[in-house]
Amino acid sequence: MSESIEIARTYLKPQKKLPTVWCPGCGLGIVMSAFLRAISRHTPNKNDVTVVSGIGCTGRMPTYVDFNTLHTTHGRALPFATGVKLGHPDMTVVAIMGDGDALAIGGNHFIHSCRRNIDMTAIIANNCIYGMTGGQYSPTTPHGKRGTTAPFGNVEHEFDPAALAAAAGASFVARTSVYHARELEKLIERGLTHKGFSVIEVIANCYTSYGRLNKYSSPVDMLRWMKESAVTVKAAESMSPEELEGKFVRGVIAENDLPEFITVYDELAERLRADGSRT
Amino acid sequence: MEATTEKMVRVLQGNEACAEGALAAGVRFFAGYPITPSSEIAEIMSRRLPLMGGHFIQMEDELASMAAIIGASLTGVRSMTATSGPGFSLMQENLGFGCIAEIPCLVVNVQRGGPSTGLPTQVSQMDIMQARWGTHGDHAIIALAPASVLECFEMTVACVSLGEEYRTPTVLLMDEVLGHMREDVVLPDPEACEVCSRLMPDEDEIDYCPYESNERNISPLAPFSGAHRFHVTGLTHDRHGFPTMVPEEVDAKIRGIVNKIELHADDLALYEEFMVDDCEVLLFAYGSTARVAKSSVRALRERGVKAGLLRAKVIWPFSGKRLRELAKHASLVVVPEMNMGQLVTEVERAVCGAVRVVKESRVDGSLFVPAEITDFVEKEMGR
Repeated sequence: MSESIEIARTYLKPQKKLPTVWCPGCGLGIVMSAFLRAISRHTPNKNDVTVVSGIGCTGRMPTYVDFNTLHTTHGRALPFATGVKLGHPDMTVVAIMGDGDALAIGGNHFIHSCRRNIDMTAIIANNCIYGMTGGQYSPTTPHGKRGTTAPFGNVEHEFDPAALAAAAGASFVARTSVYHARELEKLIERGLTHKGFSVIEVIANCYTSYGRLNKYSSPVDMLRWMKESAVTVKAAESMSPEELEGKFVRGVIAENDLPEFITVYDELAERLRADGSRT
Repeated sequence: MEATTEKMVRVLQGNEACAEGALAAGVRFFAGYPITPSSEIAEIMSRRLPLMGGHFIQMEDELASMAAIIGASLTGVRSMTATSGPGFSLMQENLGFGCIAEIPCLVVNVQRGGPSTGLPTQVSQMDIMQARWGTHGDHAIIALAPASVLECFEMTVACVSLGEEYRTPTVLLMDEVLGHMREDVVLPDPEACEVCSRLMPDEDEIDYCPYESNERNISPLAPFSGAHRFHVTGLTHDRHGFPTMVPEEVDAKIRGIVNKIELHADDLALYEEFMVDDCEVLLFAYGSTARVAKSSVRALRERGVKAGLLRAKVIWPFSGKRLRELAKHASLVVVPEMNMGQLVTEVERAVCGAVRVVKESRVDGSLFVPAEITDFVEKEMGR
């Protein structure tokens, strides 16, 4: 308990920005808490951290945390973050996005950030819905589930964000849920430590919109769903696709030691300068 | 003894001069997306920046390019992008972010024919109003229009400097002719280029406010890498940078970002004046059109018409002061533009009926020719 108070005192903005805009029962508080615990161990000096977000409920997180904080336009957190990182490569840069933000309007930026492998950490709070605008279906709303714009069930099929990140070349990809809060904290810390572009997908609960429309009786009911649907990477290895239907895999999905953009660029620049080249 | 400094005469494109100007002005970050007719600027920056300790990145689109230069500028690095019409359209989203968050950065638009894909390899001046009003919501912008290769260099430097001084995005409105045209130039020594640096707070300042309202509506901007942590958002914000819906704070924010530029329109205004002292017919032009208009003025003078040229170097904020002075002794103002009549509406607003204002449009992807403007003027004069 005392650790929680210490974290809150140190890492929440002192200028009374609380309470958050998030609904009672929302999973985003757990995401914020896990992130703050992880960053407190990774980058102790708050001046050396920039937290970037886009638009939506998740996009409001930088408002509350005491770092350099950049709340950008819808979908654009990663390109803004890219500029910050290239402008000041020593900075720890974290982009925190929702599923609609990262994967619909920001989908192109997302896959190219994965491919480029700049040393940043992207956290995607995936609650399968556009929460702030009132519950419209998102790119991760499962087929058949309801949103205010999918009143008869979602006609489209959903993205698997972690698989998408891995396929696009992200060098560290992990997934867990807000039910697995301690694991979330550890995975974020591993993402921060990993040299390269890291993606942590966290299944989160939007009870107010997604839960209400899809007949979950309470936020606790949604957490129970996460507990029961999560399968570890190891367990998933011995399961058939049919057995994995409706489940999600948690743990480290991909981890590769790939050349990091700024390292490669700066080494090249140094060589060019040494050659006195003015090609 | 007279100092003899060997000045190197170079034959450069406008796009090359723009890139040289950016480097001379201390731009050390470029993010862009390939687009004709601006791509040479990106190509040069990709070659030169690594040698100068800067970074170049080719983004996935122009939305991302604009976002990246704002991000880099927040760390204190002078940043720019270059594009043309279709890319400029995509940049409007985050250009607005730059305006409300008040982050200096430079957008170069080498104008081509539009709308949409339009005429990728041909000239226009169709983005004049887009530069002013392309992003949604009330805001102001600083936009300059060069008319020579040397000015592509000088005005790139000026745009970087003005952006830093006024803490705002700036736009350099080049056009395809200027971008690809070659002229012999002697570029100024980069060391001699004067560039403002943004105001910054003291390291030990207590309770730093990134949006403190003051007389000029320009607050110091701390770098993200420094001693001050603060919040930046595209939501309308208070002096600390936090979202606000308090009417007084919202009002102060919007008036602040508009007034910090618009109230200085007359101070910012820059012109080239050619034979205006006794002119009865005033040509008002900018960019490559103004080069043609200058020839027309000479031709008209030879034919006994007292013509003159007022060439606007600063397009936005628009200042009508000099126009009104010259309109006192002119009986006709002709505004040739490579669009259907954009800046002419500002000219009409400025002179407010005191003199007849006529637009001349060319929208076929070609530059005006002098005889065309000369004939047009004579026809309008009833000769």
